[in-house]
Amino acid sequence: MHYQVDSWGYYMPARSMGSDPMERVAKLASESAVVIFSLSSCCMCHAVKRLFCGLGVNPTVYELDQDPRGKDMETALMRLLGNSQAVPVVFIGGKLIGAMDRVMASHINGTLVPLLKEAGALWL
Amino acid sequence: MNSPSTEFTRRMAIYEQFNQISRLGDVFNCGDSPNTGSSAIVEVDVGLENKAGYISCDQVEPSRSDQETNKPDDKTQRRLAQNREAARKSRIRKKAYVQELESSRLKLAQLEQELERTRQQGIYISSASDSGYFGLSGTVNPGISAFELEYGHWVEVQDKQTCELRNALQAHTTDIELQILVESGLNHYCNLFRIKAEAAKADVFYLNSGLWRTSAERFFHWIGGFRPSELLNVVMSHIEPLTDQQQLEVCHLRQSAQQAEDALSQGIDKLQHNLAQNVASDFSWGNYRAQMAVATDVLEALEGFVNQADHLREQTLLQMVRVLTTHQAARALLALGEYFHRLRALSSLWAAHPR
Repeated sequence: MHYQVDSWGYYMPARSMGSDPMERVAKLASESAVVIFSLSSCCMCHAVKRLFCGLGVNPTVYELDQDPRGKDMETALMRLLGNSQAVPVVFIGGKLIGAMDRVMASHINGTLVPLLKEAGALWL
Repeated sequence: MNSPSTEFTRRMAIYEQFNQISRLGDVFNCGDSPNTGSSAIVEVDVGLENKAGYISCDQVEPSRSDQETNKPDDKTQRRLAQNREAARKSRIRKKAYVQELESSRLKLAQLEQELERTRQQGIYISSASDSGYFGLSGTVNPGISAFELEYGHWVEVQDKQTCELRNALQAHTTDIELQILVESGLNHYCNLFRIKAEAAKADVFYLNSGLWRTSAERFFHWIGGFRPSELLNVVMSHIEPLTDQQQLEVCHLRQSAQQAEDALSQGIDKLQHNLAQNVASDFSWGNYRAQMAVATDVLEALEGFVNQADHLREQTLLQMVRVLTTHQAARALLALGEYFHRLRALSSLWAAHPR
């Protein structure tokens, strides 16, 4: 058996190297309270990061352009959102919130903060 | 009875006069102002008439000719001198007049040129606003022309709706009727965001710059329109009194609108920063392909921000109405409509009073 080390230091069996990128996304999304998939060059991603930082949240950010499997994950996210833009995409408490417009809409209608508190990303 | 010499000099004077007219005629004929030519000739004719009168007088009164033959030099000389003087003065006047006409012609040609240029680009100019769009390339962008027309119409309907709201509130109509007005008011704003989205595809820089708005509105400009946080400040005094629950919700709304606004602002700043770096760096700027890549990236990104900004405006409006009672919502929309109407009126005042 061959073990490969990917950039996050997990040991994964070689035969599952071609594992579903969507699975990977879900896995990463469930590992932190607030997960943002981003591209380092994307300014809208920068905006969503600033939004969460402004709320006092410390999100876990995955820059897909710095990930060897980033391209596949981007494609998977595009399919998930039904959008030409894969990023930014926000997960809170492992659940998909959506792209920038969903995040902003949920902040304006007051549902974002309770979600953050529920996920343990925010304390009063 | 007249000596041949006087007759000759007289003829010379007339000949000189005719010469002047023909020369002036040339000047006017080579131009395209027949009216002025004829008026000038009329003036000369008048002059000639005087001279002719003077000359014929001489011929009619034979008694004078005796004196003339006695002192032909004196009177003739004086006459000739006066003729020459009058002719000279006439020439000077004519010259001045012609010069004035020439400079006016030049000015007219310049104005016509300017008019033609603005007429070509003038499809962008909406008569309602004091602003106009002059594309650098001078070419017509049909998407933007369409937007300008639609926006002009939108403003008309907006003002009408504001009046309807005012009348309804003054007449103390039922909540149900107010609800209908509130719904149509919100729909109208949604329409605006929809036509703006279309315009963003045509020319996002135009939309982002706010050239389609009046000057006072542009003073408060933020990413293609008004600030969502501005909304609540405008309506605050009109929606009171609020319940405790409402106070809390309005406070939250104000806060979250501000936070979302700040996030988008920072995103736009980053976009500017990235673009500046790209343009300044030889490496990123590189060849045509690289430049095109930078150009399309920025265009797409900016379109994204303008759309998100409009989305934020829409969401803030909807949430505001959700938090308020029907009556309060009606008052809020009235206050908003009135506010923007006043800003537009202010812009007209400024435009009408150049310093």
